[in-house]
Amino acid sequence: MSREGRRQTVGFGALLLATLLVVIPVIFIVGMIVAKGWSALSLNFLFTMPTEGMKAGGIFPALVGTIYLVAAAVLFSLPIGIMAAIYLSEYAKDNLLTRLINLSIINLAGVSSVVYGLFGLSLFVVFLKFGVSIISGALTLGVMTLPVIITTTREALRTVPRSYREVSFSLGATRWQTVRHSVLPSAVPGIITGAILSIGRIAGETAPILFTVAAFYLPKLPHGLSDQAMALPYHLYIISTQIPGIPENYRYGTALVLVGLVLILNISATIVRARYRKRK
Amino acid sequence: MSAKIEVAKLNLWYGDFQALIDVDLAVREKTITALIGSSGCGKSTLLRCLDRMNDRIDGVRITGSVRIDGEDIYRMKKAELPRLRKKVGMVFQRPNPFPLSVYKNVAFGPTVHHQANHDELDALVEESLRAVNLWDELKDRLDESALGLSLEQKQRLCIARLVAVKSEVLLMDEPCSALDPVATLKIEELMRRLRADFTIVIVTHNMQQAARVSQETGFMLLGELVEFGRTPDIFTSPRDKRTEDYITGRFG
Repeated sequence: MSREGRRQTVGFGALLLATLLVVIPVIFIVGMIVAKGWSALSLNFLFTMPTEGMKAGGIFPALVGTIYLVAAAVLFSLPIGIMAAIYLSEYAKDNLLTRLINLSIINLAGVSSVVYGLFGLSLFVVFLKFGVSIISGALTLGVMTLPVIITTTREALRTVPRSYREVSFSLGATRWQTVRHSVLPSAVPGIITGAILSIGRIAGETAPILFTVAAFYLPKLPHGLSDQAMALPYHLYIISTQIPGIPENYRYGTALVLVGLVLILNISATIVRARYRKRK
Repeated sequence: MSAKIEVAKLNLWYGDFQALIDVDLAVREKTITALIGSSGCGKSTLLRCLDRMNDRIDGVRITGSVRIDGEDIYRMKKAELPRLRKKVGMVFQRPNPFPLSVYKNVAFGPTVHHQANHDELDALVEESLRAVNLWDELKDRLDESALGLSLEQKQRLCIARLVAVKSEVLLMDEPCSALDPVATLKIEELMRRLRADFTIVIVTHNMQQAARVSQETGFMLLGELVEFGRTPDIFTSPRDKRTEDYITGRFG
């Protein structure tokens, strides 16, 4: 083999190795969760209240709580994030202020989630007097995920060719009509990708809901946004560390439900995205 | 005949670079006016001044006036620009339909200008496609993506978009440079027909094209409009030495 050929083989080998390093742990984790948690799964487990101090029964309230939180947080952060991204990408001039805003968005994306939890506690729970409630938790999660949504939406808007905007303006469309009819439709798939990333993060985070919404043990369903609620990640944390004697398959079963929920939400969003791409 | 567009003492700078120098130009109604000159002479810049498309570029400074139907478009407020651009439409060098269906491309303008209700829209789309000879080719493909059309069809579609908003002036920026010679002749044929209803200003690299389609021609060089007059005069008896050098192919 020539020297060039050998170098190429080594190069591809390194890339393949890197890919395997990423994929293998994922397969291993998912495999372990499924293997250890599968036996706990049943309709009973999914749809009944926990009993005997969470050592038996199901995880229904935590499942419902997490679905509420994801829905409320996405409903809050998606419109605001998309509007902010549209403003920054299509309207705002490039000046000191917008650069500062950009810098803070990047930094916000790097702030650890427990800081968002404390922020939510002081702003939503205490200052705005929402109390420990779904609304406080959802707003905290929403704020946490805003930078992700803003950044992915801006990237999506940036990939829309300049000529679409130019043609639209040259036909006499206003700036908003241009955004609404000619830019946004092309950016929707990218925006959905941002939403998918956010959903996963919202469903899985524990720290932001710790002080703002999560109930330790609340064997009933929330009635409204001002109720406390259990949530899957926090429930998982509790039964894994705070209560001795919980059967192993209960813990892994809960993890499996959490992973499965995120997977189902992501797959639905991906289907919507594929439909949208095809429709054009 | 009265002038549809009157440009007076127009100067334009991109930062420190002066791209247009004291341009005076009168475009007559329902004629085809060609702007010729070598690359970078300012002809596209001048064209884009006529519907204020240069406003969106950073660092552009403009003095002088451009009057369309007597109204100075550089005194218009930003909020009036959609009205200007409805009247003055642009056909670009690369055919640039939206990634939408043929129908929606034509309907885009009338929709944003609230020109037509749902029933009228169908008729307007048909009328506009007929005006550019596309209706017979595409009447069964209205719901297909415009991105699947040939380059020539795309360019016709872009012109149909302007017909649909009832533009009065068509600015064409090298509309045929992406097309083969046969398609080019067809677009030129279309321009001759459209002349009955539209005032057309075309920027072209191609001197034969200017000679074939236009009634009046302006020759630009380094930001100046060197000579302007009836097309036959410009091509047969130019008054300026520089015009003569250009059209006889001594440079450019």
